[in-house]
Amino acid sequence: MQEIMKKKALTLLADGTVTRVLGWKRGDFVYDITPAVFETAEEVETAFVYNAFCGSNLSKYLVKESRKEGKTLVFLKPCDSYSLAQLLKEHRVNREKVYVVGIECYGKADVEKIRDKKGASIIRSVREENGMLSVRGLVDADASIPLYEVLLEKCESCKSKKHPIYDELLGDEGEVVEDCNRFDLVARLEAMTPDERYEFWRGELSRCIRCNACRNVCPACTCEKCIFDNDVSGVAQKAAADSFEENMFHIIRAFHVVGRCTDCGECSRVCPQHIPLHLLNRKFIKDINELYGEYQAGADPDTRPPLVNYTLSDAEPSIVHTRGGKDNG
Amino acid sequence: MVKVSPIDLFPAIAKTQKLYVPDGSQCSGMELHKPFKEWKADKNAPCEKVRTPKDFFFPQTENLMAFKREGKTIEVIDTREEKEDFVIFGVRACDVRSFAILDKVFLADPVDTYYKNRREHATVISWACSPEWMRETCFCQTFGIDCADPEGDVAAWFDGSFFYLEAKTEKGEMLLDRIKDVLIACDEEPVWDLKTAIYTAKKELPLAGLTTDGFTPEKMMEYFNSEKWGELSEACLGCGSCTFVCPTCQCYDIRDFDTGHGIKRFRCWDSCMYSDFTKMAHGNPRVSQLERFRQRFMHKLVYFPANNEGEFGCVGCGRCLSKCPISMNIVKVMKALKEGDNR
Amino acid sequence: MKETLIPVVGVVTDIRIDTPDVKTFRVVTPEGKKPFEHMPGQCAMVSIPGVGEAMFSITSSPTNREFMEFSIKKCGCLTEWLHVMEVGQQVTVRGPYGNAFPVETELKGKNLLFVAGGIGLAPLRSVINYCRHYRENYGTIDIVYGSRSKDDLVDYQEIIDEWMTTEGVNVHLTIDREQEGWDGHVGFVPNYVKELNPDLSKTVLVCGPPIMIKFTLAGLKELGFTEEQVYTTMELRMKCGVGKCGRCNIGNRYVCKDGPVFRYDKLGELPDEY
Repeated sequence: MQEIMKKKALTLLADGTVTRVLGWKRGDFVYDITPAVFETAEEVETAFVYNAFCGSNLSKYLVKESRKEGKTLVFLKPCDSYSLAQLLKEHRVNREKVYVVGIECYGKADVEKIRDKKGASIIRSVREENGMLSVRGLVDADASIPLYEVLLEKCESCKSKKHPIYDELLGDEGEVVEDCNRFDLVARLEAMTPDERYEFWRGELSRCIRCNACRNVCPACTCEKCIFDNDVSGVAQKAAADSFEENMFHIIRAFHVVGRCTDCGECSRVCPQHIPLHLLNRKFIKDINELYGEYQAGADPDTRPPLVNYTLSDAEPSIVHTRGGKDNG
Repeated sequence: MVKVSPIDLFPAIAKTQKLYVPDGSQCSGMELHKPFKEWKADKNAPCEKVRTPKDFFFPQTENLMAFKREGKTIEVIDTREEKEDFVIFGVRACDVRSFAILDKVFLADPVDTYYKNRREHATVISWACSPEWMRETCFCQTFGIDCADPEGDVAAWFDGSFFYLEAKTEKGEMLLDRIKDVLIACDEEPVWDLKTAIYTAKKELPLAGLTTDGFTPEKMMEYFNSEKWGELSEACLGCGSCTFVCPTCQCYDIRDFDTGHGIKRFRCWDSCMYSDFTKMAHGNPRVSQLERFRQRFMHKLVYFPANNEGEFGCVGCGRCLSKCPISMNIVKVMKALKEGDNR
Repeated sequence: MKETLIPVVGVVTDIRIDTPDVKTFRVVTPEGKKPFEHMPGQCAMVSIPGVGEAMFSITSSPTNREFMEFSIKKCGCLTEWLHVMEVGQQVTVRGPYGNAFPVETELKGKNLLFVAGGIGLAPLRSVINYCRHYRENYGTIDIVYGSRSKDDLVDYQEIIDEWMTTEGVNVHLTIDREQEGWDGHVGFVPNYVKELNPDLSKTVLVCGPPIMIKFTLAGLKELGFTEEQVYTTMELRMKCGVGKCGRCNIGNRYVCKDGPVFRYDKLGELPDEY
């Protein structure tokens, strides 16, 4: 796939269709891949990479890149193109400045899971072939691990292999995954008593170091000035002055992306403290599905999101009381 | 050299002082160190490096003082408390060095009494690295750190059944004296074997050849003006994950919090990667992510050593290599700047 | 043990309205004493707990033993709060921070030229009054001070009443545009400095908006001044004041600790990031 993509990039650069390519750049190891803009054939030839570790979502970079002169070629995995579709809906990206090449994806790998699986602390190289990863460690024998056993959390419950938006596809057109079971964990949390649930989230969120990686990577977080960076907002504290605040950061953020979060899973992928932040967003997605009818943000660039669209059948605000969990709370 | 079984060692220390040990049961990033309960060989070894032990001395948030405001009057309340003695067991060589680096900031005149209070009450027992804990992201040797023979008040080696201990400071000697009843005198041979295994593994690490050659104060302007920064910083998200997982990053913010019955002035970690870090009412000297990104690495590789007899602001722990959401890090910066040198 | 981050309480005993957006606050301790001693050019952290804390230069002269003064321009959350204060309001202060103008060493015996724009006079006022107090230690003193309009000249009354009447002190005022009731010089500070054509024996102390400093420096160079003859004082965002919080650095130098006063040739050795 990498070579096909390279060829595509070189062709479109050479014929002037695009002036730059947004893709992934190789690092020092097999997995430390950085999003990058390539402007010359030479850069593409030497540094462009596409492998099992290209988990990062490039869509958000288009907010900046699509404001530049000329077109930007971007390679998007299906879940990434949901983010782009949503950004287009919010008029954050200039569609005319973007050339979208959709690429097929069978899930991306989590290097820490590979480490655990192989039982090796040092990963030398990983080669992907037909859904299998051959992993070489430092001293021990090579191991062959199926990709599906070491997927990134966000890929474990992939919701769609179909691109909602593209100019061109490389590889096969995929389908929406109907039985992705992505709400299983949410349902399990819903089944808890309020006290159990509170304990669960206190435990998870207490690890937060307020690095803002979740916010800054989030394609739905493209405000010019975030409320948490605004000194006069009253919620701009960087770290918790009391523990309540660290909870509120994530909860306010989850509220702010309701109906706009495409469930790309980047928040959980980048969290250095392994907080399952995507579960907050998924809870909202599940609620919207139940209260306003099935809706997938980013599935198309046009439809009105349920929370900005009034219909007579909308849930009444009183729903909060009946669903609040505590009967008399 | 003395040796002691973990069964005896930890209760002996815990009897006299509060003891913190590595907690590997929460590999998913909980604080690395937790109060000692009972020894479990598989649970109490350091595993994935996430949270740094700098929290012990420079916590993410700490209250500095309180104020009472009534009408036009203000009362300043000193909320400082004398800490109790405590022991941190199992700090890795890279992280032990980070304490020395933090000392250069917080103990320099004028002394930060909050930091000093914690630091003085702590006895640090380091734990020589094991090949199983090493990652391809490790590069402590770049900064002259010997992970087979770590610094600290007491250094420890573990062969699976015994901890071998060596006091390195007066504080360390005092600690060993306090628990001398459980210590068994022994020769150093088992430690040599452990060290050999560490050196052998370390030599094979992919970053074993990385050096700080060229990063001298004289290069300040050249590196600052390097054309590489644009490319290096282009994908940077401007989050603070590198800063907050870094054992040597010590920038902080001071903020006030109105509790409703008084004002708390607290200090919290801050990041030079944040857009508002240097923002003033009338402008910002670091306007884009390029300047902020450059500041972080110039500080570690040039500014800090220029002010501290050549000591770099990095210990090669590798946390930023594994935690940066876009996999940009100090190693890539060092390589890129050096590449610029050779042209 | 003394902790530098913990401030003392100060009482505002006088508020002078200098310009539409600058007020000068007089501060003493609740016991009526000067909060602490300082040298000209040094700064202090002033705070309203719950609102914020920021670094301000101490505009009063060290020779004033009774109180301390801060001239503060309204330009943000904290300063807006300070501007609505009434006499008797308490604030907190801590300091002094930073180096000072080398009044006892390099500046001693020199002919001095002060160049200030707008609120940039605040740090220089401390030096000017110090030099006036120890008049015999310094040569001639020239002061070029400009602002947008007559109403924007800080310390105007003191300039007229005290500075202009001190022997050997020449004050050259200028405003940006013609104004009714103003028969003085009109024009920007850097141009005025060039017009005045100061002789090269002078040591120059500059403070003002960055753009003014830039053009003044260029003008001085044209006249033949070297960077070693020019001092300025810097302002960057600060939190601790003691070189630890990590945000006010220019290269490896911290403005709060190694500055705020820099000789221009020394500043030139540092990255251009201020």
